[in-house]
Amino acid sequence: MIANDIEAGDVIALLGDLGTGKTALTGYIAEGLGVKENVSSPTFTIVKEYKSGRLPLYHYDVYRLSNGDELLDTGAEDYLSGEGVCIIEWADIVADVLPEESVIIKIEYGEKEDERIVTIEQ
Amino acid sequence: MKDGKFITLGIETSCDETAAAITADGRQLLSSVISSQINIHTEFGGVVPEIASRKHLENINITIEKAMKDADVNPEDIDLVGVTYGPGLVGALIIGVAAAKSIAYALDIPLVGVNHMQGHIAAAYLEYPELEPPFMALIVSGGHTNIVNVPSYNTCVKLGETRDDAAGEAFDKIARVIGLGYPGGPKIDKAAKEGNKEAVAFKRVYLEPGSFDFSFSGLKTQALNYLNTEKQAGRKINVCDVAASFQEAVVEVLADKAIAAAVKYNQRRIVMAGGVASNTRLRELMTVKAAENGIEVLRPSPVLCTDNAAMMAVSAYYAYMNGECSDFDLDADPSLGF
Repeated sequence: MIANDIEAGDVIALLGDLGTGKTALTGYIAEGLGVKENVSSPTFTIVKEYKSGRLPLYHYDVYRLSNGDELLDTGAEDYLSGEGVCIIEWADIVADVLPEESVIIKIEYGEKEDERIVTIEQ
Repeated sequence: MKDGKFITLGIETSCDETAAAITADGRQLLSSVISSQINIHTEFGGVVPEIASRKHLENINITIEKAMKDADVNPEDIDLVGVTYGPGLVGALIIGVAAAKSIAYALDIPLVGVNHMQGHIAAAYLEYPELEPPFMALIVSGGHTNIVNVPSYNTCVKLGETRDDAAGEAFDKIARVIGLGYPGGPKIDKAAKEGNKEAVAFKRVYLEPGSFDFSFSGLKTQALNYLNTEKQAGRKINVCDVAASFQEAVVEVLADKAIAAAVKYNQRRIVMAGGVASNTRLRELMTVKAAENGIEVLRPSPVLCTDNAAMMAVSAYYAYMNGECSDFDLDADPSLGF
């Protein structure tokens, strides 16, 4: 559903605690975009690129960073305004450098162990 | 050439480390410099990496000069430059690639772009001078979890990988949650020695029968759920028990799958690589389980397991001897596969 609506240059900010399923959700969006590769966690590499879908997908995880400047230091500027889609996990850490029109998806734990509450703000 | 030996300069800047190393005749290590400053990371409260391009830029020349000085090698002695060109962070990779190209151009010597993952495997050639392919390799680090069949020096076939979190990443995240801090892998390892590995029954995730892939994300969620339940019930958590139980659930699957792969492909040796290869429980379990199957486990020393440039120099040497060479169009490839 999300994958059908996204366009080049879009930035999706994913917010949610450890284990809420941010990488899993990114995997589903990637699948919707037609990405063939398996989407694994980019926590250590900060970003992973996928070029096999309808649009290039840049999957970020800024868990190891402490602010927006550090994100730009990794060369993120080209990706954020590029011809692809950026999905950024732990986006609240780098909120100061994200485009205003970013889509914010918040995932929270529900009452049951496998329950999640997802909120989308545009 | 120096003293009649072929000199390779290796450069590695794929992620957190700026590193340079010199080898002679391929696998004789003359120097290895890693500008890692793990104490600086800790000062800033944890996991802040030196991934920024400008950090690599500040470090690169000093690191290369030190590697040459430590090896007592002059620029004109160098016969080959090998550099990591992927996978990794693009802003970090380009610094090493640019440095390597400049050196190759200035000295008029060949340049070889090396795959970071192949480099990890090549680390074993430094530790074991007699080692030759074929063998099976288990690469486990913060960013990677792979089982790779290595039929020859210049080929590797990936049999399995993590579908979500890497093993080292799982250790780091759980270490943070239970208050052990950074770096998570060694802290879990240490705490686990004081704990009971059967205290918490974490489910092992083996995926489909016959699969050599891994999944540690569900295990992470299991641990978070356990901690949450205990907290809500007002029970005190035994950090060492949780560390031991969690570690066991990770390393048991790693060991089982690596050995199953070696058995299936008739390999008599398994080479361990990557930072998590230093985990004492993984080493122990691998040795025991491998011996039951008549398989030998080779474990390079920790300094060769984590990111370094020595392994890149070795990998570049064998690629060059195989006739492979890069030109000045060599570019960083952040998502380079095997």
